[in-house]
Amino acid sequence: MNNNHIHHDSGISLEYMLLLLIVIILMLYILAAVLSNRRHKKWPLQRTLFWTFGVLCAAAALIGPLANRAHMDFTAHMLSHLLLGMLAPILIALAAPMTLVWRTLHVKTARRLSNLLKSWPVRTISDPVVAAFLNLGGLWILYMTNLYSAMQQNILLHLFMHLHIFIAGYLFTISMIYIDPTPHRSSFIYRAIVLVIASASHGILAKYIYAQPPNGVPAAQAEIGSMIMYYGGDAIDAILIFIFCLQWFKASRPKTKTYESASS
Amino acid sequence: MMKGYDLMDAETKKTNYSDHSAYSKRNLWSGILFGLGLVAFIDETLFHQLLHWHHFYDKSTTDIGLVSDGLFHAFSWFATIGSLFMVADLRRRNALWLKRWWSGMMLGGGGFQLYDGIIQHKLMGIHQIRYVENVLIYDLVWNILAAAMILIGISLIFKMQKDPKLLRDKATNE
Repeated sequence: MNNNHIHHDSGISLEYMLLLLIVIILMLYILAAVLSNRRHKKWPLQRTLFWTFGVLCAAAALIGPLANRAHMDFTAHMLSHLLLGMLAPILIALAAPMTLVWRTLHVKTARRLSNLLKSWPVRTISDPVVAAFLNLGGLWILYMTNLYSAMQQNILLHLFMHLHIFIAGYLFTISMIYIDPTPHRSSFIYRAIVLVIASASHGILAKYIYAQPPNGVPAAQAEIGSMIMYYGGDAIDAILIFIFCLQWFKASRPKTKTYESASS
Repeated sequence: MMKGYDLMDAETKKTNYSDHSAYSKRNLWSGILFGLGLVAFIDETLFHQLLHWHHFYDKSTTDIGLVSDGLFHAFSWFATIGSLFMVADLRRRNALWLKRWWSGMMLGGGGFQLYDGIIQHKLMGIHQIRYVENVLIYDLVWNILAAAMILIGISLIFKMQKDPKLLRDKATNE
């Protein structure tokens, strides 16, 4: 019940701060879309919807009933992690936030930003292998060490881990599918191999959690949580694999004359 | 949908013959990947979810069993989706060759089932087919079926190689 006293002291104000932050993030995107519509062609509505649902998925893992239950219930925790670390990143990637930032900013600032994105640190962490290590490595450490139980005691550690899960999930997603302009591109086959190994690692970790629950997690909760991680991960991975294959399919479109006459 | 291809001019059709041999490998691989994915999918939905014969986790599972299961599970998921995009790719190139594709599917499906039935179930102990006394019967049916699928796949491929007419067979005729 130590959650209660956290909530009474700093929890409420922290929750309000997070809520405020989420509303600001939602508003900023819509504001940027409206502002840039004056100078460019209309920003597609579906991207704004992707952004909204993406932010809401992440928000559900941070505040509200699911996030509150996740403190005590491992199955709720696992569900919130799927939303925060897998589904929200895909939706947010589909919202093409960098493209929106680019067309909203002035040319000079936009160029500076694009130089930053071309720098070697960004190139390094957006490499599929590095992004996969940050993403899956974080999860293995979280569930196979004492970090999970420590996280439930320390609110700051808890916040940091959630931030890490989201950012690493997003990095991994944008290292796999290219929605925004991507200066450093990897070949499809390289990304496919990393994607399969990363999702295998996710499934293996899920079964390890079933076999050896993290400290302080009852076996029954660990078993259901493990299955949510395994099958929920599959379901969301299917979306990622589908987009990835679709991009591959489009990129390998035949450009011969035979095709032109066949398609007409 | 198939009808659309019949409407194409003769010149396009002529080029298709060479496409078929050029894309015959891709047809085979698309089938193999789909077969692997399909068998893994049936395994998951029918035996794990609907019948509850297979267990999600068995204490006898070795570490290498977990890794193998994880890799094949992830790969089969990717293969199912990817192989269907390969079919779409072959179709837009007018190079889908169903007989070749089916032989690949038999080979991939049977191959994975045999690996699952002998290496994963028996050697790595990830789980049994069903938790009953006479599991041997289940194992026999499982693996003989797998071997039969492989044999059908191989015989189809040999038939195609013996008969050069079949090699030129058009996808649209099937």
